[in-house]
Amino acid sequence: MTELRYLAPATLDEAVKAFASAGSAGRILAGGTDLLVQMRSGAVKPGVIVDIKKITEMTAIEPTADGGFRIGAAVPGAVLAEHPHFGKAWPGLLEAINLIGSTQVQGRASAGGNLCNGSPAGDSVPALVAAGAIATLQGPNGRREMKVEDVPAGPGRTNLLPGEILVSFTLPPRPKGSSDAYLRMIPRTEMDIAVVGVGVNLTLKDGVCTAARVGLGAVAPTVLLVEAAAKALIGSKLDDAALKAAASACSAACRPIDDKRGTIVYRTRVAGVLLKRTALIAARRAAGN
Amino acid sequence: MNVVTNNKWIGERTIRPDGADKVTGRAAFAADTNMPGMIWGKVLRSPHPHARIKSIDTSKAEALPGVKAVVSARDVVDFPVDKSVMLGIQDMRWMCRNVMAREKALFPGHPIAAVAATTEAIAAKACELIEVEYEVLPWVIEIDDAIAPDAPILHDFMKFEGKPSNIGGRLEVKKGDVAEGFAQAEVIVERSFTTRPVHQGYIEPHACLVSVGADNKTTIWSSSQGQFMVRAMTAYLTGIPQSDIRAIPAEIGGGFGGKTIVYLEPLATLLAKKSGRPVKMVMTREEVMRATGPTSGSKSTVKIGAKKDGTIVAAQGTFYLQAGALPGSPNRGAVGCSFSPYDIPHVLAVGFDVLSNRSKVAAYRAPGAPIGAYAVECVLDELAEALKMDPLDLRLKNAARQGTKAAFGPVFPRIGYVETLQAAKSHPHYSAPLGKLQGRGVASGFWFNAGGESSAQVNITEDGNVVVTTGHPDVGGSRAAIANICAELLGIDYKRVSVLIGDTATIGFSNLTGGSRVLFASAIVVTQSTDKIIATLKERAAKIWDIDPEAVKWENGAAHPASPNAGQFEPLTLAELAAKAPSMGGPIGAGVQLNTEGAEGGFGTHICDVEVDPELGIVRVIRYTAVQDVGRAIHPGYVEGQIQGGVAQGIGWALNEEYIYNKSGKVDNPGFLDYRMPVCSDLPMLDTVMVEVPNPKHPQGVKGVGEVPLVPVMAAVANAIHNALGKRFYSLPMSPPVVLEVIEGPETRQAAE
Ligand SMILES: Cc1cc2nc3c(=O)[nH]c(=O)nc-3n(C[C@H](O)[C@H](O)[C@H](O)COP(=O)(O)OP(=O)(O)OC[C@H]3O[C@@H](n4cnc5c(N)ncnc54)[C@H](O)[C@@H]3O)c2cc1C
Repeated sequence: MTELRYLAPATLDEAVKAFASAGSAGRILAGGTDLLVQMRSGAVKPGVIVDIKKITEMTAIEPTADGGFRIGAAVPGAVLAEHPHFGKAWPGLLEAINLIGSTQVQGRASAGGNLCNGSPAGDSVPALVAAGAIATLQGPNGRREMKVEDVPAGPGRTNLLPGEILVSFTLPPRPKGSSDAYLRMIPRTEMDIAVVGVGVNLTLKDGVCTAARVGLGAVAPTVLLVEAAAKALIGSKLDDAALKAAASACSAACRPIDDKRGTIVYRTRVAGVLLKRTALIAARRAAGN
Repeated sequence: MNVVTNNKWIGERTIRPDGADKVTGRAAFAADTNMPGMIWGKVLRSPHPHARIKSIDTSKAEALPGVKAVVSARDVVDFPVDKSVMLGIQDMRWMCRNVMAREKALFPGHPIAAVAATTEAIAAKACELIEVEYEVLPWVIEIDDAIAPDAPILHDFMKFEGKPSNIGGRLEVKKGDVAEGFAQAEVIVERSFTTRPVHQGYIEPHACLVSVGADNKTTIWSSSQGQFMVRAMTAYLTGIPQSDIRAIPAEIGGGFGGKTIVYLEPLATLLAKKSGRPVKMVMTREEVMRATGPTSGSKSTVKIGAKKDGTIVAAQGTFYLQAGALPGSPNRGAVGCSFSPYDIPHVLAVGFDVLSNRSKVAAYRAPGAPIGAYAVECVLDELAEALKMDPLDLRLKNAARQGTKAAFGPVFPRIGYVETLQAAKSHPHYSAPLGKLQGRGVASGFWFNAGGESSAQVNITEDGNVVVTTGHPDVGGSRAAIANICAELLGIDYKRVSVLIGDTATIGFSNLTGGSRVLFASAIVVTQSTDKIIATLKERAAKIWDIDPEAVKWENGAAHPASPNAGQFEPLTLAELAAKAPSMGGPIGAGVQLNTEGAEGGFGTHICDVEVDPELGIVRVIRYTAVQDVGRAIHPGYVEGQIQGGVAQGIGWALNEEYIYNKSGKVDNPGFLDYRMPVCSDLPMLDTVMVEVPNPKHPQGVKGVGEVPLVPVMAAVANAIHNALGKRFYSLPMSPPVVLEVIEGPETRQAAE
């Protein structure tokens, strides 16, 4: 019965203006694979929808001056998969984004939507955190940057200010010997929500891990950057002892709940198992780079 | 009766008559039907698991602009609790209380009132405006809690052994004397098991459109497994005579037993009658999961005793099956089917119907039988282990054969169970090597199958083609099989046969699509109708040729002289005879209505391979072979489809599917995201082996095939996991957290190599 306005501005400035003036009735629409589902179930009832897919900056994949990448927040997973270089540099992040949903969902779903939806189980988020991605935000008071791990505030909530839009993700340049990986535990093989998700990004030099970042999803109210796990890996040759220490760090970082998707005991244990497996995949990839 | 051999169409994988419509989107499902002036119905549902309804005030809802009608229990015909009125397996006392809560709300989701309004949003808003005063009562969900001495009682009128109880009934199947049998046993295995309620998971939610005229003439378009069931139930619950109701079956997007009862049709009819407007109702998935019937959760104990040589001497089973909030669990399937694959002298199977504050259960493929078989077939696996016998050899040694008296009553005629065991044993799958952390399990299963009422009308068109009408919604490809049979009998191309499902006004009474009965029963009436037509065609040819009808034979789609003695005549084709019909006695057609008999039970034996990820507790089925005695595969593609579908559902039941309840007694996973049915990539190719032991009591040898394939699956998976890990599981689902917990247990041993 409530009226719904749909806007599809061509510029970011217009989008910010429209979104800010809509106040709490406003919603950003990227792929809509969360938003439309939530609207149909009655969980959210927006008055104004601001579609950001007509804004060039938000759908672009660009190299940065220092050799990294900038990815528009609304780029769908399928488009990212077709990029000639992105998957080579960030295979883990790409596999995380491409794990979202199905072929049909991939045609729409974006990493930006995945992050802004605020689910602790969003698949791309641990990989973005591990990648050290920086989020660029634009709001009524201008632009600012934020580490991806600082964006989520809790289930369904973010630290974006009223009227702020996530514009893009910036990924750092890749030193030689770097790669990443993402694994999630789901009871089925697809179309499921992560019970635990682990992203590992590392750099190897002569078989020794010189840098590492670990993102851990679905085990706490927000996706976690697990520095203790990274520390356990750095300086090691990813031998059993180092992996075991990193796995323990992941399990220790878990603050999960018992719910229909998994028990505390199960999630805690699995976080460690996945860390080991993910780190080994990332290392295997890094060795070839 | 002659079993047809040398077939042209029977056994062919012909294109299904509804195939093009289904793949192009032209097929009309219930929610696809619209009418001018149509309005929308919505149901207000109980938020409480158990509450007395003290009052319902609908005045604010009625005053909302756009609202055209509101109904509640006082509009539904009451069936007092002291007098049973049965319709098939359903008791109208419970049906009237299930479609609309009467004295009490009995589960979260139980309908309290229904509204029709000009838009869905207004109808939903009006539901919020209905004021219901509840007296919230203590509730109970699980079996053990429901049968505890101090359990909250759902129905004061229900007594068990003289006391108020949540046990709605007891059912017993007995043969010999188990005490005597166990006294002879040298090895006894006794184990207890639990299973969780699981939903049929049909993709199409319940939906209907109902129009009621000023003269009460009512038309119902809906998705069901029986338009005659829809008509009868709606007539009972609304008071409109059956002759005034025309129920039109839409294409059905899955049922698996879950659409053998009504939820929306009586409410939409009442709303349409009150408002004078056509009313459409479509459930959301959440409503389907909260308020329609899954099959029972269960707990059971099975004890089997054998001699050292593997001869089973006694078997006993006690099965508690949840009925939901109103009586009627599928106990009969559990007690009747579980031990039926075996020739056991002493059997006692007892089933209890347990009520609790859950939605009323509905049929699900071989209702009750998979629950019983899970327990029995797991115990047999342990027995084989204890006897150091191959599990298939143990089954072969004790297999039911022609002449075996089943504990539930009948003496088996020629059956194909032994053949399924032999085929499984000699299948390359059974001897294929297994890798690390892999295991193999086997299990068997039985389902009664059913005959019952069926009607058919077969008409020859003026241009010499054929239109067949039957009365059963086609859920598994029955139209394709009927086309094959009719084409075979008439000796014409199957493409010349159109097969339609009639509505309640255009075809005679036909019972539900259920019990694996449809092709069995409708093939009989279609065959008899077609035989009558062939007789007519022969008579007409005889008249033209001026010879005796006995001297005419029907072959390859034409009348021929039976032998050279009969004379020399050019054959008269179906098209030629159809063209001559007006001057030769008129239209050609025949109909037959029967209560069919002779449906024989079906048996299956399955082999399952799994691989376990011991760190994550994930079990994947990596190879599966289902062997089944299918009688005669009229359309092998759809027989295989039935078998594969049953196995897929069983794997879901075994590994992940379950209703999860929260602390306030509500289902916490009412959608396909968290109610985890298998997706395509979860399953390997499901191989099928069709053993054909024709049913001697059927013109084409048909046996039901749709339900047996679900029966053995859970045990086959559980036995395979045991073979992989050396660990036994006694509860379903064997989901990752459960499996990991068992693996982590103190007595972990290294996985089998
Ligand atoms: C069938 C199905 C399967 C799924 N499977 C998975 C899965 O496996 N893993 C997984 O993680 N998720 C899954 N999802 C959820 C969903 O697809 C993802 O979260 C997806 O990444 C959301 O992206 P989107 O572009 O569609 O977001 P939208 O739905 O457009 O937006 C999501 C939320 O973020 C807000 N938002 C979007 N973009 C911005 C922005 N630039 N700035 C500010 N706010 C913004 C929106 O207002 C909305 O609240 C699944 C969904 C479906 C329907």
